[in-house]
Amino acid sequence: MSRADPATAVAAERGPAPLWTLGLLRSELLTTLRRLRALVLLGVLAAVPVLIGVVVKVRARGGGSSGAAGPAFLGQVTDNGLFLVCTALAATLPFFLPMAVGVVAGDAIAGEADVGTLRYLLVAPAGRTRLLLVKYATVVVFCLLATLVVAASALLTGVLLFPVGELMTISGTTISFTDGLLRALLVVLVVAASLIGIASLGLFVSTLTNSGIAAMATTVGLVVTAQILDQFPQLHAVRPYLFSHYWLSFADLMRDPVYWPDLVHGLGLQVLYAAVFGSAAWARFSTKDINT
Amino acid sequence: MGPVRPGAVDGVIATRGLTKRYRGGQLAVDGLDLTVPAGSVFGFLGPNGSGKTTTIRMLMGLVEPTSGTARVLGLPMPRAARTVLPQVGALIEGPALYGHLSGRDNLLRLDAADPTADPRTRRARVAAALERVGLAAAAGKRAKAYSLGMKQRLGLAAALLRPRRLLVLDEPTNGLDPQGMREIRTLIRELAADGTTVFLSSHLLDEIEQLCTHLAVMARGRLLAQGATADLAAGARDRLVVTTPDPVEAARVLKEQGAADVTADGDRVTGEPPARDLAEVNAALVAAGVRVRGFTLRRASLEDSFVALTGEGFDVAR
Repeated sequence: MSRADPATAVAAERGPAPLWTLGLLRSELLTTLRRLRALVLLGVLAAVPVLIGVVVKVRARGGGSSGAAGPAFLGQVTDNGLFLVCTALAATLPFFLPMAVGVVAGDAIAGEADVGTLRYLLVAPAGRTRLLLVKYATVVVFCLLATLVVAASALLTGVLLFPVGELMTISGTTISFTDGLLRALLVVLVVAASLIGIASLGLFVSTLTNSGIAAMATTVGLVVTAQILDQFPQLHAVRPYLFSHYWLSFADLMRDPVYWPDLVHGLGLQVLYAAVFGSAAWARFSTKDINT
Repeated sequence: MGPVRPGAVDGVIATRGLTKRYRGGQLAVDGLDLTVPAGSVFGFLGPNGSGKTTTIRMLMGLVEPTSGTARVLGLPMPRAARTVLPQVGALIEGPALYGHLSGRDNLLRLDAADPTADPRTRRARVAAALERVGLAAAAGKRAKAYSLGMKQRLGLAAALLRPRRLLVLDEPTNGLDPQGMREIRTLIRELAADGTTVFLSSHLLDEIEQLCTHLAVMARGRLLAQGATADLAAGARDRLVVTTPDPVEAARVLKEQGAADVTADGDRVTGEPPARDLAEVNAALVAAGVRVRGFTLRRASLEDSFVALTGEGFDVAR
C-alpha cells in the first residue's frame, strides 16, 4: 500500500474509523493522569501501605502484640507480607480510594465545563454520547489504577519488610504463595469493581453542574454520607442499597472455600448503580445546553 | 457520507425563526432569519448581550433552540452535528485550554476528539496549524504559561487543524497587540481567498469594515439588518461640516442652499449635503459674509450606520 500524501489525506473526507473512540480514550487517560491532582491522589494512595507496613514492623520489633484494633488482617501482616495488600485495601477503602475516584469522576465533565474546554471538545465534534462513554471508561480505568497502586505498593512493602510464603486463610487452611497472589489479584479486581458505584454517581453529579469543585465536593460528600448512614441499624431497609455497604466483603475472598453471597450482592449493587446513574448521566448530558 | 455542498440559495448558514428562550423566560434570540452566503466574510455585529453568542452556540449544536431551525452547510443543526462540525472550525467566546498540557498536546487532544480526523496525519497537521498562527516556537510550553494573545492564537490553530469550509470566529483578535491583529486579519483574508466562508463576530467596527463582505446587526435578540457591507454602510448619509465663528448665519445659508437636517453645535454646523456642487455652497457662505474656518465632508462610517440601526452606541468595552 502506498503512503498517501498527507495533504491529500487531509483533504479527503473520512468516515469515522472503526476504532474511533480509542484515540480519544487514550487522550482522555493521558489528560486525566497528567493532572497534578490525580498524581497527588495516587501518591497518597501509594504512601498509605508503606506507612502501615513501617508502623507494623516497628511495633513488632518493639515486641508489642498486634492487637485486634486497626484494619482487617493487621494481625496477619507480620506472619505473611502478602496480607499487607488486604490490610492496605481495608484501610484505604473507607475513604482514600473512594475520595480519589470521587475527585476524578466529579471533575470529569464539570471540570471541562468550568474551564470551557467542553465546548471545544463538542464542536470538534467529540459527540456527546461518545464523550460520556470515554469519560466513563476513564473513570473505571482510574478505579482499577488507584486500587492497583495501593496493592502494588503494599505488595512491595510487604515483601521487603515481612516474611512471605505459604499463607493461612481466614478459615485456617493453608494455601501456596502463588495461590495467595492469585487471590490478592482477585481482591484488587473486586475492590476496583466495588468503586464503580461511586464512580457512576460522581459522573452523574458532574453532568449537573458547571463547577468542577462543586462536583468533586458533592461526590466526596456522598462517600462520607453513605458510610455514616450505614452505621444506623434503624436504617436497615436502606443500608443494603448503599454503594459502600458490601465494600469490606472482599475479605471473603481470603476464606477457603471463598464465601460468595456478600461478594455477589456487592458486585450486583455496583452494576445497579452503574446502570441507574450511567443512564441518568447520559439523559442529562445528551440534552444539556452548554453555556460555558 | 461524503461532504454535502450547500445549495447556492441555502447559504452556508441559514436560520429560520431561530429562537432561544432560557429557563426563567429570558428571550436571548428572537425569530432570527440569518443567511450567510457561501464564500463571504460575514461580520456579525451587536452590542453586548444582544444574542450573538447564543446564536453561535445554537449554530454549533451546543445549545438547543426553543423553536425555529438552523442549517449549517445545508444540513440541520444540531441533528447533523457529526457530519457538519468536522468541516467547521470554531473559536467561541475566547480560547479555553488545558493549562497543564502544552500547546501541542492541547491541539492533539482536540484533533483526537474529531472521529473523522486521520490519526496518521495528526502530528503533521498540528505542527502546520501551530506554524500558521506563529506558535511553533512555543508549542512545547504549558498552556497556562501562555499570554492571552498566545492563547487566542492557539484557539485559532485549533480551528485550523483541518481544511474547513466554514470558520466561526468569535472576537478572533481579542487580546492581541496591533501587530498580532494585523497578522490574524491577514490570515483571515488568506483563508477567505481560499474559498473558506468566515463568520466573524467582533466589537471592532473598523475590523469588520476592513474584512467583511457582508454583515448582520443584532440588538436585543433580534436581527436589525443584514446584507452586503457596502449597501449597509451606504444607509448612513455623509455629513457636511462647516466650522465658523458665525454659526447662526451659516445654518441659515446652508438651509437656503438645500442642506437637510442642519444642526449647529458651538462653532460647528453640520447638515446633509445638498445635491449640488459643494464649491457653490462654500461660495454662497462666503458671499453671505460667513467667516469659514473649515469646510469638510465627513464620510459615513459603519459606526454611523450601526448607531442609526441600533439607536445606541457600540459597546466598545464589550
